[in-house]
Amino acid sequence: MSIMEIIGGILIITGSIFLFLGSLGILRMPDIYNRIQAGTKATTLGAMSLILGVGFLEPSWLLKILIIIIFIAYSNPLSSHALARAMYKRKWYPLIKGDPEKMDAYREVNTNKEKEEVKS
Amino acid sequence: MQTLSFSQKLSRFIISWILLMMLWIAFTSSFVTQELLVGVFATMIISFFTVNLFTCCTLAILSPVKIFYMVKYIIVLLIALIKSNFDVARRVLTPSLPINPGIVKFKSKLPTEFSRMVLANSITLTPGTLSIDIIEDTFYIHWIDVKTTDPEEAFKEIAGQFEEILLKIF
Repeated sequence: MSIMEIIGGILIITGSIFLFLGSLGILRMPDIYNRIQAGTKATTLGAMSLILGVGFLEPSWLLKILIIIIFIAYSNPLSSHALARAMYKRKWYPLIKGDPEKMDAYREVNTNKEKEEVKS
Repeated sequence: MQTLSFSQKLSRFIISWILLMMLWIAFTSSFVTQELLVGVFATMIISFFTVNLFTCCTLAILSPVKIFYMVKYIIVLLIALIKSNFDVARRVLTPSLPINPGIVKFKSKLPTEFSRMVLANSITLTPGTLSIDIIEDTFYIHWIDVKTTDPEEAFKEIAGQFEEILLKIF
């Protein structure tokens, strides 16, 4: 076994551990926003390190793998943002311990819009 | 869409040509003359037709100072990403689920839409935060463990280090 293979194996194992923890987070978290949080972070680093590990095992693919990594780092947060925003617009309000008026700054935007719609 | 002067268009055209050519080389991963020539023409045609849509940057982005800050930004982002993964792991593995979720807002000084998008994406990858919406210059962030609802302090806590570097790039 060469050093490249060892590094690749370690990267693949770390990636799969993070992916596992992310899916555990999706199971354990109480509401959709916290689930998205756990999912996004774990899948971003997990997938990145897994694919990089594959790149170390097969060095001729490294450049293409770099493109995939950039694409994951770029598109994963975007999709989670779109999901979260869509869920808020569908009135799935986040779970909040304590005063919702104070802790939920985004609600003012949405209720204002609703009032305008009712007026017009 | 704003109207661009000829020099701005040329600068965008050249930078998108360079970026697309780099992408081409990464895809084909070969330096045979024929493939490079096809790449030069294909990327030239694509960047000529998309010059109005390509709004991310101009030639100024190739200056050494900006490239230095870009590298610094990527390193800071990677460290934040690794930290946030350990943060998720810690929260998931603690039996009592230590969360105190809420949504905070703050204002950012970043000038262009593209830079705001970069900041929002980076915020999603930092520990415990998820960007929900950007309206003009106000960011709405879902925070898994709310420490403060004050916009200024929340800004410092969440986005301070990123914006500092981004302001130097854009």
